[in-house]
Amino acid sequence: MTAQQKIAALIMGAGLFLVIIEMVRRRKLAEEYSFLWLLTGLCVIVLVLWYDLLEWLTHFIGAMTPTTTLFIFGFLFLMLINLHYSMKISRLGLQVKELAQKIAIYERK
Amino acid sequence: MSEKKCEQQLNNFAVIMPAYNEAGRISSTIAGIRRITDKDIIVISDGSTDDTAEEAAAAGAKVLRLPFNLGYGAALQTGFKYALEKGYEFAVQMDADGQHEPSGIKELIEPVFRNEVDVVIGSRFLDKGNYKAPFVRRMGMYFFGFISSVITGRKITDPTSGFQALNRKIMEFYASDAYPVDYPDADVIIMLHRRGYRFKEVQVTMHNAAKRSMHGGIIKPMYYIFKMLLSIFVTLLRKEDKL
Repeated sequence: MTAQQKIAALIMGAGLFLVIIEMVRRRKLAEEYSFLWLLTGLCVIVLVLWYDLLEWLTHFIGAMTPTTTLFIFGFLFLMLINLHYSMKISRLGLQVKELAQKIAIYERK
Repeated sequence: MSEKKCEQQLNNFAVIMPAYNEAGRISSTIAGIRRITDKDIIVISDGSTDDTAEEAAAAGAKVLRLPFNLGYGAALQTGFKYALEKGYEFAVQMDADGQHEPSGIKELIEPVFRNEVDVVIGSRFLDKGNYKAPFVRRMGMYFFGFISSVITGRKITDPTSGFQALNRKIMEFYASDAYPVDYPDADVIIMLHRRGYRFKEVQVTMHNAAKRSMHGGIIKPMYYIFKMLLSIFVTLLRKEDKL
């Protein structure tokens, strides 16, 4: 991994971290939804700074270059975040349905 | 203010109690409160799937039924919104599971009545009470107690206490979007401090309720610690939370 790649990854990781904190501060993002995002940013930072771990992981998953490993983990986190959303949306859908039904019944009363 | 009006106002408080599946316990909790005060008891059944709402209504409480489970903080906030709409001047929030000893209501509400403070928080540990929490939970309380003490510059012994008395001003704050409905505890104390509200702790008795803790398992306590640290951190960064 070149120094340039390292710096770019660090800036992205740290940037993500700061943007998420700022969104929580402005109440644009609930703490609950910030967890996976912050973890993603943190992992990128840790893996870039602790290069041995990144190399070990690269070897462990059989990837060719450390950048691939970073990509794979980034992709994995995005998948997890999407799964988290799918679960939440499913629940929200049910709740909206229940609320709409309750309101309809109350209005009729 | 005339004495009569003052008396009238002091009488104007409600006990607000969120309850999730507390059938079998809630009647005795309400009966316990009734022995102390005849004031209105507002129970918010948080999407309970058992007879919590029916039992509470039969025991004489005003019951609000949430159509599904919103969690402790949101249920509590529902109670504050209702109390504000109904014009109550003061409120006591307590748990439905019988953990909070109702005799504490008097000690809690009096400093608020006298307008000494805006919020009184019932503490288990102020006089080294006999409350025994499990080790991990005790460490959590100690840790967040320490953080809140450092930030507020005063000793906070029980930051997770949900046994509180408060006035209308605080009800309005608790009913606002600024109130963290997702596990409100140490972060709320820090928000109160940052917003310049007056609060104090008073020793109360709490029983070791035989309920499943909301911090059970491994993921939930981990999430709780993460959420509380993040919430406290962003509270310190927020300008609106500054005096």
